[in-house]
Amino acid sequence: MTAPALPDLSGHFGRYGGRFVPEALVRALDELEAAYRSAKADPEFQAEFEDLLLNYAGTPSLLYPAKRLSAKAGAEILLKREDLNHTGAHKVRNVLGQALLAKRMGKPRVIAETGAGQHGVASATAAALLDLECVVYMGETDTERQALNVARMRMLGATVIPVTNGSRTLKDALNEALRDWVASVDHTHYLLGTAAGPHPFPEIVRDFVGGIGIEARAQCLDQIGRLPDAVAACVGGGSNAIGIFHAFVPDEQVALYGFEAGGDGIATGRHAASITGGSSGVLHGARTYVLQDDDGQTVESHSISAGLDYPGVGPEHAWLHDTGRAEYEPVTDAEAMAAFQLLCRTEGIIPAIESAHAVAGALRIVPALTAELGRTPTIVINLSGRGDKDVHTAGAYFGILDPVETLVPGEQE
Amino acid sequence: MSITEIFAKAKSEDRAVLIGCMPAGFPTVDDSIASMIAMHEAGCDVIEVELPYSDPVMDGPVIQKASDIALAAGVRTRDTLRIIEAVSNAGAPVVLMTYWNPIEKYGVNAFARDLAAAGATGMITPDLIPDEAEEWIAASDEHRIDRTFLVSPSSTDERLAMTVANCRGFVYATALMGVTGARTAVSQQAPDLVARVRHADREMPVGVGLGVGNGKQAAQVAAFADGVIVGSALIRCVLESSDRATGLARLRALSTELAEGVRNPEK
Repeated sequence: MTAPALPDLSGHFGRYGGRFVPEALVRALDELEAAYRSAKADPEFQAEFEDLLLNYAGTPSLLYPAKRLSAKAGAEILLKREDLNHTGAHKVRNVLGQALLAKRMGKPRVIAETGAGQHGVASATAAALLDLECVVYMGETDTERQALNVARMRMLGATVIPVTNGSRTLKDALNEALRDWVASVDHTHYLLGTAAGPHPFPEIVRDFVGGIGIEARAQCLDQIGRLPDAVAACVGGGSNAIGIFHAFVPDEQVALYGFEAGGDGIATGRHAASITGGSSGVLHGARTYVLQDDDGQTVESHSISAGLDYPGVGPEHAWLHDTGRAEYEPVTDAEAMAAFQLLCRTEGIIPAIESAHAVAGALRIVPALTAELGRTPTIVINLSGRGDKDVHTAGAYFGILDPVETLVPGEQE
Repeated sequence: MSITEIFAKAKSEDRAVLIGCMPAGFPTVDDSIASMIAMHEAGCDVIEVELPYSDPVMDGPVIQKASDIALAAGVRTRDTLRIIEAVSNAGAPVVLMTYWNPIEKYGVNAFARDLAAAGATGMITPDLIPDEAEEWIAASDEHRIDRTFLVSPSSTDERLAMTVANCRGFVYATALMGVTGARTAVSQQAPDLVARVRHADREMPVGVGLGVGNGKQAAQVAAFADGVIVGSALIRCVLESSDRATGLARLRALSTELAEGVRNPEK
């Protein structure tokens, strides 16, 4: 018996997902869905997408056996190297797919929201490549923290609009992008950055990034002759996680683990763990898990990782959680940063702080998995992005930005 | 008086209904009650109370700012119900405008019950389309709350008919593709949208919102719609006034101007 394909025809994953949007956007969402269905069935579109992924984005990404990390972890760890993709993360897959779709729909303008700037940079990249006008909404607080990414987007020809209302972060950038779209929908595609939002976005984004899991599954069979025991990914909005999970969902022997940003710890209230520290609600067009107060007002999220710093999560993760197919756990800032450092020192890989959450979570589950299996477990970790963008944050965290200290090693106070 | 009766009465007087919007708890609970009563006394037939929400994606900068101020002052969903009770006890017909999540969090049936008990006659749901509204339709039927969904210039004829069929009281026609906020000119798309709604349902009253800010615009909209909905321009009266008395005076003056507008449709 095969499970029914999700989302269902009305865009729901069980009780999650759907369309909680102003009526003004429904037609655009219907058009997007129709365009996507036709593109999905069109070999020419698929060939063009595959060609860009192969020759421009640099995928399939490697599945790398991390031997020194494995020795430390007590598990066989395989890293899905999405950090090696063009623009430095899995997000390039989604933006290329959606930008091609915008072209196909005859829309000359794309808008995007961004937190730290990674999706903004990826969107600006795809827009430059495919000759689309690009406007990126970014919370004012984030434009100040991530000035370098603002410059990158501008170099690529995008217009960056700092958002000054609400909490001036990612959720407000998303609100502002939705407001733009309500007014510009006839000539503009909203290039949503994660597998969240109203139907059909969660499905479209999942499918565009779904190559991660398809590749990882085939690479596993090819390189180690069997499937892994577990797959681990970090979860903010959840696109990299759904991208690697999806191909493994039917493989019931493969455990799926999503690691949310636990910030200072769930108990402190300062976190971004929507599933493990939030509750069911409606935000940004879908029913899902949300960080909210008793009145249903969105609560601000906190994480050292800007890419996970979001008070909602994609609806398919809410579904996978409720059905028990995937397990979600929080990883604190401190745990993530310890894993960040470990990966730097053992493998010579500086990961995105987002991805470091996945590494930390994977290390944590090793003892239980080992006990359950009675042998050394094999874990695939989605290394969703590289850490170049995080050098300042990580440098400050580890206290290694002081030039005197780096010039005079061994003379620390 | 029910919304249906208010629209019928206005129609018999050959004028449009004036619906004035104010966020609950802006800038304080008491101030918002005073504002709403003043708006009603000065000519707003219906008071549209907006429940302040952290992520109001259909709203422009004025309502966002007013909502933020109300939330920062600590307004809660229960306060909004209290405000509705006070305003309807003062004789003003009240409809609530609310984003969906606060209602889902409160409990849909419980909210419909408490909203009815507070005296509201209807509820406008800017981010709940009938496709997702099964629970709300059941609860609003049970507790006899009128349902207002939105239609937009981008709505297909099919969706328009489906949406209107799910409304009771009146349907909210968004005059243009955009968010709330006063505009310099009345949208050219609005008359066409209203005509399309009438084609779908000749009886359902149509209120037009988005972009109406003065008496002249109210008169223009009154020429083709059954109701004129004004929000941002009224809220600005309070937002831009340094003290309560000035704000109330400006609110009264603008409400009077708008009320004259809806009584003198520019045909």
